[in-house]
Amino acid sequence: MSSVFNYIKGKSPIHALTGASKLLVLVLWSLSAMTTFDTRLLVALPIISLLLFIASGIKYRDVSFVLNFTFVFMVLNNLLIFLFSPEHGVTIYGTRNVLWEGFGIWVVTKEQLFYQLNVVLKYLATIPLVLLFVTTTDPSEFASSLNRIGVSYKISYSVSLALRYIPDIQREYKEISVAQQARGLELDKKKESLFKRLKCAATLLFPLIVSSMERIEIVAAAMELRGFGKNKKRTWYSSRPFRKGDWIAILFSILLLALSIALNFINGGRYYNPFV
Amino acid sequence: MDSIPHFLLICSREVKVKDSVITFNNFSFKYISQAEPTLKGINLEIGKGEKVLVCGPSGCGKSTLFNCLNGLIPAFYEGEVEGELTIKGKSFRDYDIFSLSKIAGTVLQDSDGQFIGLTVGEDIAFAMENEMRPLEEMKKRVVEAAEKVGIEGFLDHAPHELSGGQKQRVSLAGVMVDDVEIFLFDEPLANLDPASGKKTIELIDQIHKDTGATVIIIEHRLEDVLYRPVDRVVLMGEGEILMDTTPDVLLSSDALIRNGIREPLYCTALKYAGVEIKEEMHPGSMDTLILSEENKEKVRRWMENIPEDKAKDGRPILLEAKGISFSYPNGKESLKNVDFSIRKGEMMSIVGRNGAGKSTFSKVLCGFEKEKKGLVLLEGKDISSLSIKERAERIGYVMQNPNQMITKPMIRDEVSLGLRLEGKKGEEEIGKKVDKVLKICGLYPFRSWPVSALSFGQKKRVTIADILVMDPDIIILDEPTAGQDFRHYTEIMEFLKELNSYGVTIILITHDMHLMIEYSERAVVFTDGEVVASDNPSAILTDDSLLEKASLKRTSLSDLASLTGIDETLFTRRFISYDRKVRK
Repeated sequence: MSSVFNYIKGKSPIHALTGASKLLVLVLWSLSAMTTFDTRLLVALPIISLLLFIASGIKYRDVSFVLNFTFVFMVLNNLLIFLFSPEHGVTIYGTRNVLWEGFGIWVVTKEQLFYQLNVVLKYLATIPLVLLFVTTTDPSEFASSLNRIGVSYKISYSVSLALRYIPDIQREYKEISVAQQARGLELDKKKESLFKRLKCAATLLFPLIVSSMERIEIVAAAMELRGFGKNKKRTWYSSRPFRKGDWIAILFSILLLALSIALNFINGGRYYNPFV
Repeated sequence: MDSIPHFLLICSREVKVKDSVITFNNFSFKYISQAEPTLKGINLEIGKGEKVLVCGPSGCGKSTLFNCLNGLIPAFYEGEVEGELTIKGKSFRDYDIFSLSKIAGTVLQDSDGQFIGLTVGEDIAFAMENEMRPLEEMKKRVVEAAEKVGIEGFLDHAPHELSGGQKQRVSLAGVMVDDVEIFLFDEPLANLDPASGKKTIELIDQIHKDTGATVIIIEHRLEDVLYRPVDRVVLMGEGEILMDTTPDVLLSSDALIRNGIREPLYCTALKYAGVEIKEEMHPGSMDTLILSEENKEKVRRWMENIPEDKAKDGRPILLEAKGISFSYPNGKESLKNVDFSIRKGEMMSIVGRNGAGKSTFSKVLCGFEKEKKGLVLLEGKDISSLSIKERAERIGYVMQNPNQMITKPMIRDEVSLGLRLEGKKGEEEIGKKVDKVLKICGLYPFRSWPVSALSFGQKKRVTIADILVMDPDIIILDEPTAGQDFRHYTEIMEFLKELNSYGVTIILITHDMHLMIEYSERAVVFTDGEVVASDNPSAILTDDSLLEKASLKRTSLSDLASLTGIDETLFTRRFISYDRKVRK
């Protein structure tokens, strides 16, 4: 099973960028994707992020869990939009081209489909990049970059520690679960109902929490013994100097944001309207 | 040989402290959550550059003493203090945990827990990061510190790519980046195999010599620490200092036995042979021990008169594994063509370093992992089609950490859980069965207690009871005594021996050599996923190339044998059979 958040070591140009610049790119990129509903830009962004993914050497199976999860969420989101606001596209684009009369208020229009296409594109424009960031940035560099953009280092470090211990806790959960299965706890999908399995899984939490608390106490003591929290600031061993690539990446995302804002003016609003 | 100048003997007896760095003066400490003080009126002085071993059974207060020195008390654990503790001429109240950490560097027992960074380099740099040192300086000092402990080739490695001994070296390098004047080691041997433990003691000794710093080691594995000389041993018991003396004086007294600390094997052997251990024999370590001809003769005569155990064979084979291979999903082959068998009623050990495949093998036996190739036969029948649950009715598995196994807050509920889940018996029948098992495990008086009120050793018994109620043919225990002091070790192991005498077959997974010597008829040695030996412990412990492969080490019995001119294997074998009879 691939874990949810997992840094995957690599030597790609994406890995070579510093955590701080990657975080900055991620923020600017997401802002651009949020600002605009210009379909042309929204088509370009997923294509670029796909290219970045290929360049990073990260495989589909490394991120499949989160990707599938967001896909389900995206479908759900679209269904809900149509259910509650089937005329939203019409309101935005000002025209009404009916494709199918449907039932009651649920009329399928070209405008609505086009609007929802934009929503899908927004997902595709942002999610892959977030995953790319998570898989190519090592947790301590992530902490140092959070700290660089102004988040307190104590918070940054706890985020990175939490990310770091997820695989450990998964491993421990697995050990506890087999040991309990050996005592007769049935976690097999084929043999027990979902409710019963959930109830059984809950009993596993007791030992997991007890042993995690032990671990937290040791980590906290070890950190304090080595001066964590002494000063208002700290430096980062894993921080790296900015190179040309970093500047290019940042410049690119600034231009991207500028383009996204400029498109707002050119289109006279957030939406690109093909219907007029 | 016996002509040690008289003045040397006097020096070793008198503990003179010059230039004291640490002074406890009538010092007491009571944790806020406890009714009784954990440290009672401690008076102790430790001089600059001294190397001191603090030993004592679990709960004697040695860890509390340790936490007073590194500042975790009062920064992390609250409580009431009486008396005074002076560190480098200043009261401990005048330090905070941070300023104290610049003077006293701590290496904690749990090498996983204290590994904070994501890589070796980052972890070593952790203290400097918090000191806001610039990057170039950190890089330079990380390399320097890593070189001092011999870990410089691993700077980019993640913690899970390192062995226990290597992780400990990283922690040590992490405190060495500051030029600390005091090194504090909390049970440095607890999680290491014997060979790594030996290297750790050598490294600590090296650092002590190179830096001239004061070194304080807390450890109950006395013999292993004394492998390199220490200036003094402080023996603690029930919150007080019982003895503060040289190793030679301590080992020529009976204070260790009285206070639940294991004495070195060579001392046990000498005592069995009727040799009176005296301070002037320098019993502090095997390297310094001087035996007169008369005493050597005593040892030889004792040894010759020990009748040897007859090997018990003819018992039917209960469990057999044939040609087992296994690989983890990442492709690494961790078991290669393993053949293994155990007879009914046997009590045996599986030994080998961490990652040698011994835990993986036991998981395959229990069905937690599925073998790629091979057969597991129970009483001659193939059990590969049985589920985890079905196998568990025949083969029970007790995890190393009882806290990972216990799921119910109350003891009775916890022990009844397996039978209730099985659903075959009524409550009344379950109750009877559970009572019986609780009695066997000596837990009956506590039956309505919450699990949290029990000691570690008692919790271990609860988890053994968990398995025992299911009436398995075999119980596999993963490191049953890891981190336990001698008293708890004996308690757990004697209990297992008793179970064995009722006919339960027992497999112990361990790298504790004492456990192997004292409680196993046979040991199977794993190295890199293969079985490299299956023999009686005395043969394994005297085969040097095998010891090296399996990260075990020679016992002091072998050294004593060569000192007295006896064959090592014969001596070890006879010692084991004598020792078992005496302890019965």
